Order: sequence, then structure tokens, then C-alpha cells
Amino acid sequence: MQFSAGSRSALRAVAGLVMAAVYLPLLLVILNSFNATTSGSFPITDFTTRWWTAAWNNEGAREAIATSVRVAAAATLISLVLGTLVAFALSRYSFFGKSTVNLLVVLPIALPGIVTGVALSNTFKTVLDPLGIGLGMFSIIVGHATFCIVMVFNNVQARLPRMNRNLEEAAMDMGATSWQTFWQVTFPGFRSALVAGGLLAFALSFDEIVVTTFTAPPGTETLPIWIFNNMARPNQAPVVNVIAAVLILVSMIPVYLSQRLTGDDRRGD
Amino acid sequence: MSEDRGAKKLRRTMLPLAVLAASALALTGCSGGTDAAAGGGGITVPDIPAATEVGDGEGEVNIVAWAGFVEDGTTNPDADWVSAFEEQTGCMVNRKVGATSDEMVQLMRTGEYDVVSASGDASLRLIAGGDVQPINTDLVPNFGNLVEGLKGQIYDTLNGKSYGVPIGRGANVLMYNTDLVPEAPDSWAATWEPDSEYAGKIMAYDSPIFIADAALYLMATQPDLGITNPYALDETQLDAAVELLEQQNGIAGEYWNDALKAVSSISSGTAALGTGWQVIVNLAQNDGGPVEAVLPKEGATGWSDTWMIHAEAKNQNCAYQWIDYASSPEVNAAIAQNFGMAPANTLACEGSEANIAHCETFHATDEEYYKNVWMWTTPVEECLDGRTDVTCTNYQQWTEAWTRVKG
Amino acid sequence: MNRQAVITPPSVRSAASDGPAARRSGALSRWLYSRPRVRLGALLVLPLAWLGVLYIGSLLLLFATAFWRVDTFTSKVQPAFTLDNFVRLATEPAYQATALRTIGISLAVTLLCAAVALPLGLYMAKVASRRVRTLLAIGIALPLWAGYLVKVYSWRISFTTGGPLDWLLRPFGLDAPGYGTGALVVTLAYLWFPFMAVPVYSALRQIPENLFEASSDLGGRSWATVRHVALPLLKPALIAGSIFTFSLSLGDYIAAQFVGGKTQVIGTVIASNINLNPPLAAAFSMVPLAVVVLYLLAARRSGALKHF
Repeated sequence: MQFSAGSRSALRAVAGLVMAAVYLPLLLVILNSFNATTSGSFPITDFTTRWWTAAWNNEGAREAIATSVRVAAAATLISLVLGTLVAFALSRYSFFGKSTVNLLVVLPIALPGIVTGVALSNTFKTVLDPLGIGLGMFSIIVGHATFCIVMVFNNVQARLPRMNRNLEEAAMDMGATSWQTFWQVTFPGFRSALVAGGLLAFALSFDEIVVTTFTAPPGTETLPIWIFNNMARPNQAPVVNVIAAVLILVSMIPVYLSQRLTGDDRRGD
Repeated sequence: MSEDRGAKKLRRTMLPLAVLAASALALTGCSGGTDAAAGGGGITVPDIPAATEVGDGEGEVNIVAWAGFVEDGTTNPDADWVSAFEEQTGCMVNRKVGATSDEMVQLMRTGEYDVVSASGDASLRLIAGGDVQPINTDLVPNFGNLVEGLKGQIYDTLNGKSYGVPIGRGANVLMYNTDLVPEAPDSWAATWEPDSEYAGKIMAYDSPIFIADAALYLMATQPDLGITNPYALDETQLDAAVELLEQQNGIAGEYWNDALKAVSSISSGTAALGTGWQVIVNLAQNDGGPVEAVLPKEGATGWSDTWMIHAEAKNQNCAYQWIDYASSPEVNAAIAQNFGMAPANTLACEGSEANIAHCETFHATDEEYYKNVWMWTTPVEECLDGRTDVTCTNYQQWTEAWTRVKG
Repeated sequence: MNRQAVITPPSVRSAASDGPAARRSGALSRWLYSRPRVRLGALLVLPLAWLGVLYIGSLLLLFATAFWRVDTFTSKVQPAFTLDNFVRLATEPAYQATALRTIGISLAVTLLCAAVALPLGLYMAKVASRRVRTLLAIGIALPLWAGYLVKVYSWRISFTTGGPLDWLLRPFGLDAPGYGTGALVVTLAYLWFPFMAVPVYSALRQIPENLFEASSDLGGRSWATVRHVALPLLKPALIAGSIFTFSLSLGDYIAAQFVGGKTQVIGTVIASNINLNPPLAAAFSMVPLAVVVLYLLAARRSGALKHF
């Protein structure tokens, strides 16, 4: 490379600093889950494992995790379908208003969550509620799916142009139907992009709070809402740290998976 | 809405309009009060009959409550008073935690819920909207043991009927970090005056209702303004309060809106002094924080809540059973101690060391203490202090004013 | 390795089994195959129904609410045309100050993210060994999964008086900034950093090595190369990343509650009015909406949306 030794060390130092800044706060969360005080005061003088026991026995947290998993799974499923459809439409066809459709897909994530949340909650309350579809699990899923579509769309759209379309032509020539061609030739070609997009969509949904705040019926708690509610409750806040620490550790699995699927090593550099 | 989640709930009082005019003024010894508003203060109240007897339970009861009021052990295994109730009565409890008073009102209007733990602004709207029914206090045997201060305030004069059963109350005290403020302050002045030696280290409560705290200070320091009730401000008085708040904005370090944030700020010394709750002081002290609190000479604002029953409750019998159960000394003590407030039932202050200590800390039966506490009430256009020659500012105007204060 | 190579034609042949169902679907697929417009329509009908009708419809409805009034006592929205809400926003300096402050914060967050993402991306793409690069790539992505509130709360602890930041900075004779706008910018930049770092890094990876070499052959010093060769090529990635960092910061109000001290942002005002005065909240929502749509339109002209 062309960088001088000095520049290289400078860059290395910056990278080191950035990583330290990224991980120290997370480390603090994990440490804090062993902090004996309820308000998480610093420096930590007394260590305890009782919050871990309390978290383990916390039914509310378990229910919230279950709700979050259900919501995220449903939202991911919807966004997988819709995102793939748009990606195909935009990368294989040229039509009037193409860039508008592109903008439309990006809009839900680009608009502040509070606008999306307020708009959807408004629709559910004023238009859909009289039709019998009020705020509920369904409205949370709708809200999440809306901004998750773009995640799947991005990944699939990035992959499609790199795929060899001759294979599809060949399959059709050999008598396969469009359906068969899609599932046996096209689909395997972008499957990894789909999984990566799905993982991101799942993560986004699992962590969403603002849109959820406005679209969730009172009483239904996703994990972020549960965390938010319990952070303010003095005897519960330390339990939140435990849940957070567990989340940080568990999150390594999907990150590892998506890295394997989308990481640049795949391109074999 | 975010500011109102969890235990730090925005607690506006449940005091109905007319009570405030008639009895709160009397309580605080303000001679300027009239009973002009008694009888409804211009608010028409739908005539809904109260129950005459409590029959067999319907098998379930749906409750909208603040976090920590209806606990079945799922959040915290040590807090469970719902299971015993379900066993005793056969009424299964379905709880929804309400996030804000507005949300609670909306939920009650759906008709899905039988009972609500209403705060002041919610209760007033619910009563006027015909959403809740008067309570036949004979059917709530534990009602008789309520502390005097709350009893006097809760018997509202809207049609001479009572609509709620008190749960508890608390004051917004002046807390201070003893490392930074060695001598106990006796006045709110240090939190308001621009030459405060604690400038930059003052914490204030983040809600439009905090305007009342400014009005309270003005009541003591600028009598010319003629404020006799911090929740009844005409436009001039509101402007004066806003001016004081803007002045405070210059010296404030932080606006807090949940108890835990307040604990960390006041314990660590990020804040030196400011508005707080007794429960915050206790939590800070438990963690070894150098924190104390006083009720300054100007008095303070405060909050309290009540149980109310929906006008067309599907499970009215279970609802009455719940309210009586929750008002019993043991359960009322459990709720009050779990939440960190003074219980409404006097007997909740007896029976155990813990109960006595809790009531001592929270001044539960100390009416002298609460004499100087103005319970949060949502401001409405009809002046709560009985004035009829002016229109007072309503809560929406307060919300706008609060936005202005924060800039 | 090339994944397409795994797909073998024989599996296709065997799957193309005969049977009435297969023949019918065969007929349908042939019909579709000859009609690209119909296929396009079939692809777009669901997504457009969702995004175009449900989502855009909701936004329009929100816009309509902004022209309605509210019953001051019950907070019920009444459909009666009024411009009051907009007049109020235009005449009350606090709303304008809040909007401008929020936009300023979002820009600061975006610049901070870009300023940190560039050297990190350069290091990863052009200096680090493959192993370190993979580790760093995982390292950047991991916090995305760690929980928004958890991270915000951890920054709240970090900024406490006597907290970790004070503790770290004290040896250098510095004090950590307390809660306030500065703390808010740092926290938001931390939250949205991966959204900037990932596209910048991938774009740097994609710049052909020989472009750098050509530049240095021509006598360009390494930093000059970065400025004149890499930066222009990075523009789309920077814009794509900034869409996230900018708009996510614009709508956030929870971080402001935790570390903002007394900082009021657009989201705070919307959230405090949403139940009490929905029309005013709707009217104020138009501010971030307009800002982001303008930003997106500008970004589209630069072609950055394709690199999302």
C-alpha cells in the first residue's frame, strides 16, 4: 500500500480508538449487570449476581421477549416477500416512476420514526378502528414491516444484477416453468442476500421503540418497550442491565451469520 | 408520552374541580376561596346511579392502572397481591398498564375496562364525560379507614357524589445533595433565583404541570399577582410563571422525568438540588447517596390517585370487590410501599415495623405536612380558585408554555 | 466461490415433471413470460398497496389532521378546517428554535459519523490484514444488535458527574461534558455510526487498487490520493450513510430525554402533544417530513439511493 508508516500507525490508532469507544459502553452495561446499587452508580463498589437471578425469574421479561420474537418474525416474513418483489421489479424492469418507487421504499426508514409512528397510529385509530382493526399485535407488525422492507430490498437488489441470467434462460429452454425456474435457479442465487436482509430486518424490528410506542396497544409490551418501562422502575432497572448484557452476548450469533453471508471474504479477495 | 412511563408516571391529582375550589382552599387556609364552583363549576355531570349492592363476582375484572398498582408477581416475584384476590373472589384480574392519563381516558372510553386508577386530570374528564359511575362507599367497607386529608378531598361536590376511592398521595419535595448543599435549604429560592449559588446544578421536573411549581413560588414571593391556587392561572399569571421558568432554564442543569434518572443525578452530584419525590430520596439513600429532602416554607405541589369504576362496567361486582380489597390495610400498604407513596388507608400505617417506618417517611398521616401540598390538578378554563371574571388557562396552553420554556 | 455454480440443470429437468397441475402452471408461466407488463404489475401490486396506499395514505391523513382542531377539554379531534396549528408553529419562536436545533444536531451527528467512518474505513480497506478486517467488520455491526435503550442508558451513565468519562478524562486534566446538546450529539453519533461506517467501508473496498497505484505513480502523496481519488468515489456512500444518520437523529427524542439535559428536540414536542393535541403534533411532524423528503430528493439526484 501507498501509505507511509506514519499514516498507517495514525490510521491504526484511530481504528483502535473508535473500537474502544464502540465497546467501552457495552462493557459498562455488562459490568453494570453485576452492580449492587439500583441506580447503576459509578464506580462500581459492590458486585452481586442477584440481578441475574431476578432476571432469570422475571416472567414479564420472558413474555416481552416472546412478543418481540413473534412481531419480528412476522414483520420479517412480510418484508422478505414485499422487499423481494420490489427488488425484482426495480432491477429487472424499467418503467415510468421507477425512481419514485425506489424513494417510496426508502421513505419509511428515512422518515423519523416518530412521524411514521404517529401517522400509522392515526390511521389505525381513525380509519381502521371503526372497521374493527384497532391497535393490537397486528398494528405493531404492520408498523415494523413497513420500515423493514427496505432492508430486504437493499440486499436483494444489490445481488440481482450480479446473477447470471443465462442460467434462468437455460432452465426455461429445458422446459421448466417460471415457477420452477424461480425456485430452483433464481432463488438459490439470491438466497444468501435474502437471509442477510432478513436478519437485518429482524434486528431492526427487535430493537425498534419509537414506532412501536405509537402503534402498540397499551399493555402489549415488546422487549424494548418492556426495557423502557422497567428502566424507570427502581427495583427493576438492574434486571434491564442483565437482559441487555444477555442481548449483547446473544447478538453475536446473528452478526456472525450475516458476516458469513455478506462478508467480503465470500468474494474471495 | 414517554415522560409518563413506568413508576415515574405523571401524577396529576384526582381532585375534581369543585373539590379543589371548595376544600383544598379551606385546607391550605386560604381565606380567598369561595364555594362558587361547588355544584359542578359549570361542568354538567351525567346522572348515573351508584350501585346498591355487591352481588356474586362475574369471574373477571379488567383494570387499567399505573405500573406498580396491580401486581401479580410476574414483574417482581416479591410484589404479588393479585393472586390472593383471585383466589379469594374468583375474579380473574386482567391488567393493562396505562402510560399516561390521556391514554387511560381513551382506554376507559372503549368500554373494555371496569376499573381505572385515575389521576386528577383523568378523573375530572371521566366524571364529566359520564364514563365513570358514582361509588356507593357503603359497599367499600375499607373506605372508612382513609386518612382524613384524602377523605376531605375526595368527596367531591359534583352532584354531591363520590366517584373515587383514594389509593395514596405524595409531595414534590425539595431534594438536595448533602455533599454540595451542606445546610438544609428551607426555601425553593435556590432553585428559582438567577443568582443561585447552585446555578447549572439544578434539576427540575419535565412536565407542563411543573408550571404550578413556579406559580406556587410566585404565590409566596409576588403576592401582587394575586395567585391563590397554582392550578388556576389567568393569562397574566401564566406569563409570570413562564417568565420565572425561563429564568430557571438559564440556571437549570437538567429536566428529569423518571425517578431513576433523578436518583442518578442527585446521588452523583450532577445535580445539587431540585424537585424530587420521597421515593427518589429513599432509593438514593439505599445506594449510599448523600441525599436529603425538605418541604420548603412555600409549600409544594403533590399528587394522588383514586380507583374509579366504569359507568357501564361489565364486571361491576368484581370491580367493587377489587376496590375494597385494594383499599384494605395490607394491600394498600403493599401498593404504597411498592410504588413509593403515602397510603390512603390509616391502618396501612400500622401492624408492622415496615408499615410504621414507611408511613413515617412518607408523612402518610401527617395532615400538617400535607396542608402545604397542592395536589396536581389539570388546569381548566373555569378558574379553580372560584374566580368568575376571568378565563383561566387550560392544560393545552400549559403544554405550549412548557415548550416555550424549554425553547 | 461462485454460488451459482452449485445449481445444476439436472435438478431442473427432473423437477419439470409432467402432470395436469404442472401443465396448467406451465401455461400460466408462458402467458406471463410473454407479457412483461403484467409480470411487473404482479410484482408491484402488493408492495405498492402496502407502501403506496397504507403508508402514504397514513402520511396524507396525518397531514389532514394538522388542519383540524381539538376539543381542549376532552382532547378529541374535530374535523374542522383551521390553519391555527401552522400559525402557531410559525409565530412561536420556541418551535422554530427547536426545529433548527434538531436539524443542527442531526447535521453535527452526520459530520461526526463521517469524520470517524472515513479513517476507520481507510484502515480496514487499505491497511488492515484480512483477519483484522473481518474482526473489525463484525465489530462495527455488533452494536447494532445490542439494544438501542441499553446503549443510550450506558451513555447516560458515562456522562454522569464522576462517571466513566470523567474518570477517563481526568488524567488529562479535562472534565467530561455534562448532559446537554454535546452529550446528545455524541450519543446519537454512537447509535447510528454503523449506518455510516458500513457503506463507507464497502465503497472504499470497491475502489480498484490500480486507481490508487495510478495516483501514486503520478506522484500523488497518499493523503492527496485519498482526497482527490477516494473522496469523490465515496460521495454516494457518504450520502447513503448520511440519510440514515441524519434522519434517524432528526426523529429521535428518547436519547434527548436520557442525555440531553434540558435540550428540547422536535420529537419531544411531538411526543408531548400526541395525546393531548394531535393536530398540533401532526402539524409539527411536517417539519421533519419536509426536511427528509427534500434531503432524499437531493440524494436521489446525486444517485446515492442506488448505493443504499
